[in-house]
Amino acid sequence: MPLSEHDLAAIRLTLELASLTTVLLLVVGTPIAWWLARTRSRLKGAIGAVVALPLVLPPTVLGFYLLVTMGPHGPIGQLTQFLGLGTLPFTFAGLVVASVFYSLPFVVQPLQNAFEAIGERPLEVASTLRAGPWDTFFTVVVPLARPGFITAAILGFAHTVGEFGVVLMIGGNIPEKTRTVAVQIFDHVEAMEYAQAHWLAGGMVLFSFLVLFALYSSRRFKAGLS
Amino acid sequence: MPADGIRARFRVDYAGFALDVDLTLPGHGVTALFGHSGSGKTTLLRCVAGLERAAEARLEINGELWQDSAAGVFLPTHRRALGYVFQEASLFPHLSVRRNLEYGMKRVDAASRQVSWERVLELLGIGHLLERLPGRLSGGERQRVGIARALLTSPRLLLMDEPLAALDLKRKNEILPYLERLHDELDIPMLFVSHLPDEVARLADHVVLLDQGRVTAQGSLQDIMARLDLPTAFHEDAGVVIESVVAEHDDHYHLTRLAFPGGAVLVARRPEAPGQRLRLRVHARDVSLANSRIEDSSITNVLPATVREVVEADTPAHVLVRLEAEGTPLIARITRRSCDQLGIAPGRRMWAQIKAVALLG
Repeated sequence: MPLSEHDLAAIRLTLELASLTTVLLLVVGTPIAWWLARTRSRLKGAIGAVVALPLVLPPTVLGFYLLVTMGPHGPIGQLTQFLGLGTLPFTFAGLVVASVFYSLPFVVQPLQNAFEAIGERPLEVASTLRAGPWDTFFTVVVPLARPGFITAAILGFAHTVGEFGVVLMIGGNIPEKTRTVAVQIFDHVEAMEYAQAHWLAGGMVLFSFLVLFALYSSRRFKAGLS
Repeated sequence: MPADGIRARFRVDYAGFALDVDLTLPGHGVTALFGHSGSGKTTLLRCVAGLERAAEARLEINGELWQDSAAGVFLPTHRRALGYVFQEASLFPHLSVRRNLEYGMKRVDAASRQVSWERVLELLGIGHLLERLPGRLSGGERQRVGIARALLTSPRLLLMDEPLAALDLKRKNEILPYLERLHDELDIPMLFVSHLPDEVARLADHVVLLDQGRVTAQGSLQDIMARLDLPTAFHEDAGVVIESVVAEHDDHYHLTRLAFPGGAVLVARRPEAPGQRLRLRVHARDVSLANSRIEDSSITNVLPATVREVVEADTPAHVLVRLEAEGTPLIARITRRSCDQLGIAPGRRMWAQIKAVALLG
């Protein structure tokens, strides 16, 4: 077996982190994307820019601020301590919170594009057929935006699997708790265990290729149909 | 105020466009909102539907209050018992025809469903399309499904925004008979937006003329179509509408005589039985005038009529003449030269020669 027990634990942890993060991202990202797609508020530009920040900022900047706000003296840290949850940095929960921020644009932007592409008309039609706003959202918007939801979930998941800097800053490097595949590869390389590093790194390349391949071929398929 | 009827007051101010109307409309039959693009007819329809929220508004439909800005009443669109047919059918692309039709119907309590499924399918001829996806329908089929979907919510008011505009002439002719059947067989008041006089003549009972967001005239179809002071008179399809009754058939010549107050016309044999009503359209361009009855002419339909009014037409070469044949109005579009040579003036008795009659079913 080329993969050690530690490697397998890192893989399991990475998949758990990415799955949980993706679910949370869809829950949090959908209302943000909906608001961005439909609002005429002047705040649209500002909120859109904030959501997109993780695309351009070095992960260390994001990690640094998350560390400060979630730490014992930060506002989130004070809140979690008040609730008796302790502080989030260097825990799996902290890693999840950080991943949600870090991968947010990868979920919000495809959803926002999908919502904008639907336009006003199907919503108006639904309202003339007695469907209220929530009813319309679940019976018309979600099915019509399904390709957007799929793209958002895949990108959110894949991007979370691939993060490194934020994980290192928020999670530290604790086996079984915060040591993801990306960090494990870093450790192998530091320890000159190139054979081990190869197995994990090669696996990541293959995984990423398959995800993107699936995404791009399904897109071309869709474009060919319409 | 009578409980039966549509009372609509809307004032909307957008940059560069204002709508300001105060209308009382019949609570049954088809009312056409007629005007060219930019006249505000679609905005008015959207206000009635609640898709557009007018700053100042009051709307009452057959005794039911839907909106009153003074009292802070605004029923959102999904709580108004209306049907809306958009210019493009706008079917949900992810649902089959059957599920599109069920979408609105399922959201109405079983107790208030008054329009039956079978009846609507039959009325619009779409029973064979149920399992198809909208992408696999022709434009005319899509629009029929759109109309059926609106009807299945058992609306108390049906709103139609140029439902034929996106269709070519062939599809239009395919769908018009279905709309006429709705008019004849269902007791649902309709507001119908159009910019084509022939479409209005075919479907409407009552006409509201809109120009730049204001109502310029309203009245019964016959009255509006016979007026020369309205833009309808200057359209290339200008002409009067006559409600006639099938009087008798001539089997030898294959003709049918259609009678109306003031005369009758012969048309090619109709399938309708004597006694049935038929709406006729006589275009102004198809009427010529003579001082005496011309016997040696191939024109069959000649009516005695009195000149009531002569006005300028859309070109300096023509004039429009309004005549009356015992209560039935006629409009003739003739050259100014003929008008002068024949000495046409109000009060004069003349013979109106009708070259063509369009039957509107």
